[in-house]
Amino acid sequence: MAKNSQVIEREEVVIRFSGDSGDGMQLTGTLFSDTAALFGNDLSTFPDYPAEIRAPQGTVGGVSGFQVHLGHSEINTPGDYSDVLVAMNPAAVKANVKWVKPGGTIIFDKDNFTDKNIEKAGYKSDPVVEEKLDNYNVIAAPISSMVKEALKDIGLDPKSILRTKNMFALGMVYWLFDRRLKYTEQYFDKKFAKKPEIAEANKIALRAGYYYAETIEALNPVIKIEPAQIAKGTYRNICGNIATAWGLLAAAEKAGLKLFIGSYPITPATGILEEMAARKDLGVKSFQAEDEIAGICTALGASFSGNLAVTSTSGPGLALKSEAIGLAVMAELPIVIVNVQRGGPSTGLPTKTEQSDLMQALYGRSGECPVVVIAASTPSDCFHFAYEAAKIALEHMTPVLLLTDGYLANGSEPWKIPKMKDLPEIKPPFADKTKIPFLPYARDCETLVRSWAIPGTPGLEHRIGGLEKTLKGTVSYIPENHEQMVKLRADKVAKVADKIPDLTVYGEESGDLLLVGWGGSRGYLMTAVRELQAEGYKVSLANFNYINPFPKNVNEVFRKFKKIVVAELNLGQFADYLRMKYQEFNYEQVNKVQGLPFTIKEIKEKCIKILEGK
Amino acid sequence: MAEQQTIQYTQKDFKSDQEVRWCPGCGDHAVLNAVQRALPELGIPKEKFAFISGIGCSSRFPYYMDTYGFHGIHGRAAAVASGVKTANPELSVWDITGDGDALAIGGNHFIHAIRRNIDINIILFNNEIYGLTKGQYSPTSGKGLVTKTSPFGTVEEPFSVGELVIGAKGKFFARTVDSNIALSIQIYIEAAKHKGTSVVEVLQNCVIFNDGIHDVVTGKEVRDDRTIILKHGEPMKFGKENNMGLVLDGLKLKVVTIGENGIAEKNLLVHDASEPNPGIQYMLANMRYPEYPVALGVIRSVAGNTYEADVQEQIKSVQKDSKIKCMDDLLLSGSIWKVE
Repeated sequence: MAKNSQVIEREEVVIRFSGDSGDGMQLTGTLFSDTAALFGNDLSTFPDYPAEIRAPQGTVGGVSGFQVHLGHSEINTPGDYSDVLVAMNPAAVKANVKWVKPGGTIIFDKDNFTDKNIEKAGYKSDPVVEEKLDNYNVIAAPISSMVKEALKDIGLDPKSILRTKNMFALGMVYWLFDRRLKYTEQYFDKKFAKKPEIAEANKIALRAGYYYAETIEALNPVIKIEPAQIAKGTYRNICGNIATAWGLLAAAEKAGLKLFIGSYPITPATGILEEMAARKDLGVKSFQAEDEIAGICTALGASFSGNLAVTSTSGPGLALKSEAIGLAVMAELPIVIVNVQRGGPSTGLPTKTEQSDLMQALYGRSGECPVVVIAASTPSDCFHFAYEAAKIALEHMTPVLLLTDGYLANGSEPWKIPKMKDLPEIKPPFADKTKIPFLPYARDCETLVRSWAIPGTPGLEHRIGGLEKTLKGTVSYIPENHEQMVKLRADKVAKVADKIPDLTVYGEESGDLLLVGWGGSRGYLMTAVRELQAEGYKVSLANFNYINPFPKNVNEVFRKFKKIVVAELNLGQFADYLRMKYQEFNYEQVNKVQGLPFTIKEIKEKCIKILEGK
Repeated sequence: MAEQQTIQYTQKDFKSDQEVRWCPGCGDHAVLNAVQRALPELGIPKEKFAFISGIGCSSRFPYYMDTYGFHGIHGRAAAVASGVKTANPELSVWDITGDGDALAIGGNHFIHAIRRNIDINIILFNNEIYGLTKGQYSPTSGKGLVTKTSPFGTVEEPFSVGELVIGAKGKFFARTVDSNIALSIQIYIEAAKHKGTSVVEVLQNCVIFNDGIHDVVTGKEVRDDRTIILKHGEPMKFGKENNMGLVLDGLKLKVVTIGENGIAEKNLLVHDASEPNPGIQYMLANMRYPEYPVALGVIRSVAGNTYEADVQEQIKSVQKDSKIKCMDDLLLSGSIWKVE
């Protein structure tokens, strides 16, 4: 595949694949990302799909997208605006054109731009005219008819032939960015080993698209992005949900425990349960419960039995689990509750991302009911924070709520694979078999942690439960005892602060403005801060992962900045939480509640405004 | 549970140091007594028992047992117990619940535990009332019952526990009376030995809020004529004179008297608890006074695979063929690349 076109090098590029939800855009995007990762680019991806499995064909509501941001340097976000948009139908143009950079390339399937489809997308006439696309590099390729032609002799039915349209488009994009087809071809050989005709059809469509782009010189010059300078090591692409599952599995192995997950399917958390169900090879017991409540209750039973217990859910499911989290707090049993946040309240925007479950995670229970709350900040660091969540739960005999979000769960990035031997030890406080009788609520005087006696151990028979107890484990209604136990449980969680790392600052340790974020928006905030710093602003970033308890140095970090701006995808929950915990500072806010991540542009604009005192 | 038991336990070994706080005269005392006397007969080491409960008067039960125990939240005992047993199939897991706990707030967990056939033993204390909240009607309260939340009588149809168990594909259902300790002990032993979810309905008296609700059937004077104790492989015979029986009349059960209308003992139905087709067992479980005697004993006990054993089996078979043996293997599986 010799190239005659000119080639220019770019630092980074953003590509968005979009089409009907049945057009296979998620797969197309994933294959492109894998190829880029294997080539050595740093990258970040973001799938954006509708809640309906098959929304009405051809409508804007049914458009499914997958954005990839790849670069020669460090990539922290899937990117705001795309350089190339692949739009398989008019609705995909309608939904995405506002996200294309001026002068960018738009590839669409001309055959799909029928009057009917144009009307369904909400256009009155030719979208190219209506959207005033003359300033863009529009490539109206007859994709459907070309795959039909390319595959006419292969002996497949017309429907199966048309299903390869996405590969034709992918072939075109590979040419635009000077990529090799090898990895994708291997993927099809493996995936359709038992249906070689399907593998062949996809490969033919892929090559046809590549040659077509070459023939028409779809982009001149071709863009080349050199591999990124990344640390030596073995890498893989990983999405947040898989990273979460693997972090928990790694913790179980390190602690020498079996892993039990009790969960109920819910978007966008289901991927965790699915991965766990597939991990029978590592002895996982995955229990698809009859509802969210049974999910956590079976997990609590398994925790009582001595397993690393996990339940995974999303916002509304967390609400259903509240009472059982209270039981876990009272029983002082270890459990990790993963909440993959989505747009709420209620069913809300189930496939979109948001950070609006913070208050629910911190306070959404009856009584004085503290739990450890941790938030992951990139798809791959879900592994680390899931591992940490399990370590804290097991070593401190407490429920730990791990917050991720839809954007982290489905987004992916290259990840340097850790070695098990390098991960920290996990040592649950198992009860001493020689100390009989076992007193379930007797505590370590340093950490206030009770010990864990596993059913089946002779001599350690004991009872725990939701009723208030004395330290000996006897049910008690004595007022002073209740207050003492409430305080002990709170202190136990607060003492976790002794074990967590300090808050770190990205950039100078003092300056005009500290941008504060938590969890999953780190990539956007970091990129915005980096750009602001390059423009000469004295701006730094502090992104929180440990939310309850806080790291010990928060005040120390905050007081060195003139202004503190809290950016989050809700109406200001973290800002309010900070106002409560660190009243000595004034907090300004950047908020967005659209089911979408921030754009770097909007963060920068807001920061500059605040810096300029407007 | 295969381990050899070296200690011969007595009832006392299963009594905890906690003071039993049920009302004097409550049927729960008798159930506790019967369970504590049944456990030593099982040959299971004491540390392998786990008693799990929800919320309600009966759910205080684990505190009174010197075994592992977990007093949970309302309605969720079946779910907690399912987790305990799945995580550690070596344990003998008991779920102590009531008619409100299991059939109202916990109805979903109750039917799904049964459907999965997890090897737990559910003792359902049925007093047809909410006792701990002081006297509201329950899902088993008879239609028309006057309670604090039904001052003019309930207008709801009650659940029949056996019907629900069989409808949920239950493989073991038995019924006993709190005061009949000997029968109860025997039934708890059989429930424990049964592999799969066993449900034992105890007709239990709430001395405060629904006193005597079962007396019309279980009262000393009438119980022989108004109940029938079913025994696997034996003719369905009952009555003070032991001369009454059950036959199949068309598609229905019918009460007959031996010696009348040409009926002899050989004409009576013979109880088969192990028959997978639940037809007759369903009718037996649903017999109501005054048309029929109420059935006690093991009504249904059918062998089947258990959930936790199938899970173990599946893990074993996957592990046998998988190349992934540990976390490092998993981390390095699939598409990976090296940066030099």
